Amino acid sequence: MLAVENLKVYFDVKNIRGVKTKLRAVDGVSLHLKKGEAYGIVGESGSGKSTIGKAILNLAPKTDGKIVIDSHDITTINRANETWLRQHAQIVFQDPHSALNPRMTIMRSVAEPLIVHTKTRGHDLRRRVESLLDIVGLSKQFIYRYPHELSGGQKQRVCIARAIALEPSLLILDEPTSALDVSVQSQILEFLASLQKDLNLTYLFISHNLSVVRYLCQRVGVMYLGKIIEEGTTETVFEHPRHPYTKALLGAIPYPGATQPQSAPPLIGDIPSPVDLPVGCRFHTRCPDKIANLCDKLQPGYHWWKSGWASCHLFDPELNKAAGKVE
Amino acid sequence: MSKKPDPPILSFVDFKLNFDTFDGVYQAIDGISFDLSPGESLGIVGETGCGKSVTAKSIMGLLPSPPAEVAGGNIWFDGRNLLKEKSSTLKSIRGNEISMIFQDPMTYLNPVFTIGKQIVDVIMAHQKRGNHDRKLNSKQAFEYGMELLDKVHLPNPRRQMESYPHELSGGMRQRVLIAMALSGEPKLLIADEPTTALDVTIQAQILELIRELREQLNLSVIIITHDLGVVATVCDRVLVMYAGQIVEDASIKQLFDNPAHPYTRGLLQAVPDPAKPNKKLKGIPGALPNLLNPPMGCRFQTRCSSASDKCKRAPTLNEIGTKQKVACWNVGNA
Repeated sequence: MLAVENLKVYFDVKNIRGVKTKLRAVDGVSLHLKKGEAYGIVGESGSGKSTIGKAILNLAPKTDGKIVIDSHDITTINRANETWLRQHAQIVFQDPHSALNPRMTIMRSVAEPLIVHTKTRGHDLRRRVESLLDIVGLSKQFIYRYPHELSGGQKQRVCIARAIALEPSLLILDEPTSALDVSVQSQILEFLASLQKDLNLTYLFISHNLSVVRYLCQRVGVMYLGKIIEEGTTETVFEHPRHPYTKALLGAIPYPGATQPQSAPPLIGDIPSPVDLPVGCRFHTRCPDKIANLCDKLQPGYHWWKSGWASCHLFDPELNKAAGKVE
Repeated sequence: MSKKPDPPILSFVDFKLNFDTFDGVYQAIDGISFDLSPGESLGIVGETGCGKSVTAKSIMGLLPSPPAEVAGGNIWFDGRNLLKEKSSTLKSIRGNEISMIFQDPMTYLNPVFTIGKQIVDVIMAHQKRGNHDRKLNSKQAFEYGMELLDKVHLPNPRRQMESYPHELSGGMRQRVLIAMALSGEPKLLIADEPTTALDVTIQAQILELIRELREQLNLSVIIITHDLGVVATVCDRVLVMYAGQIVEDASIKQLFDNPAHPYTRGLLQAVPDPAKPNKKLKGIPGALPNLLNPPMGCRFQTRCSSASDKCKRAPTLNEIGTKQKVACWNVGNA
């Protein structure tokens, strides 16, 4: 459905002396999503996960790579395929408070994509907006209200209604629940899960909250400094994480329970700057299992197993054979 | 952890606080009472607008009045009534006996001064007001600041003292703020959403640090958060707040194994559990009541599935077992 090949997004930045350098936000990411699948991207802030979503929708400049949605090549955007793209891929942003125009009624906001892309007008338009609001669980009485009269959860529902107005096949969800309280977050998550089943949507779900991704997604990619370092089915990644970073990330989630599970000690230090990337494996500066003279020199390759892969020297079959270990 | 005979270091007695607004009186806190023992770590959880930050700020006397207005009750700290003390006494308490760290480490450091300058300022200001034996000159204060940075595990303290806030990452800035908070050797540390703005891996580091410092310095800690996971990692006891009232006061074990109040149960069901991925999430229907005109009686009744006529009267916080109190007519024999 969605195929992203070797996507690179570099931003030009100047350092304090005015020397131009590149900020490598996304550095060679490939994604393949099947129809009706929910794919989660997790990672810390600064790992480039939001940039991927924006690059797919042409909201961020692409440096290199290829993007294909439903066998339409949208790598280079021209007028014709931009219209097509906007009808078939939509995004829901993190902060519903700033994603709605405060001076537009809910009717106007939700109707906007319909007015631009379709010929629906008048009574039909109103009926369509009402049915969209009904899908997201808001009653007709909201139609002429303004965003400030709505709560955060209601606003996020309006944003979702607007995103599905043109019946897109791909929905990019960029941290849709981070700005909401837990009791509201769970309502939205439940609703997103049922919406996906009803409309057979493909989700690209971007989040730093691993529990949320686990709840909603079938497959997960873990990002670190512009690269996906481990990918697999949700179950594999969460139950049997292989990459040291995935392990540390999972171990860092505070567990809501009386007894804390045994977990790896927290990572030391901060995520390095994407302007000045570490040589070799990008994670070696914080990695507890790094191999001296290898991880800080050579970029690791991809090592596959049945339900996923990781990019880490620890799983290099030749190295392991040499060391007499069998994976 | 806490020995019984110790008198509480902090105690709230039927504290009420209103905000006077153009639309009417907003009853932000409505009669909360709790004790905090020395060395105890207490979590306050609740959703946006439940009054958890207001509770913390009223301990510190940080709420501007007007609009904030104390409508009743007392806050006792170490034998003194914080609401009746002179502002000069409060100034000597703040920072020296109680200190606070905030949610967003980005905004609490001045971008145009070095870390060292800001730490030294804090140390000098506090030693002037507090009753410390030590009288440091600015050079000694600089050394002491480095010691503090070392204590919060900031690598290379001398270099950090000379750097500006923008050179530090979020986690490092939060460490600097913790170091500043500890400079007056407080007995109580209040952390208002200390890790909300940070990534999970950094959050784990900061929580570990708070836990370590607490044991080292025998601090009492109040952690305000909306994340039940955070509470479970660092606290001994939890207050669950809803719409300006405490609905449940329980030890960590009781709260997670045996939640009593319908709101607490709802909150726990709303959190995705990393151990049970296929658990069906249940939201709490409805929204917070408007505190300009709160519902009569139990404030949770509008969203509660087991609400009945008796909920029209306000429930009191009753003990229902060891280390657990709950404010609900349907729980225990209230």
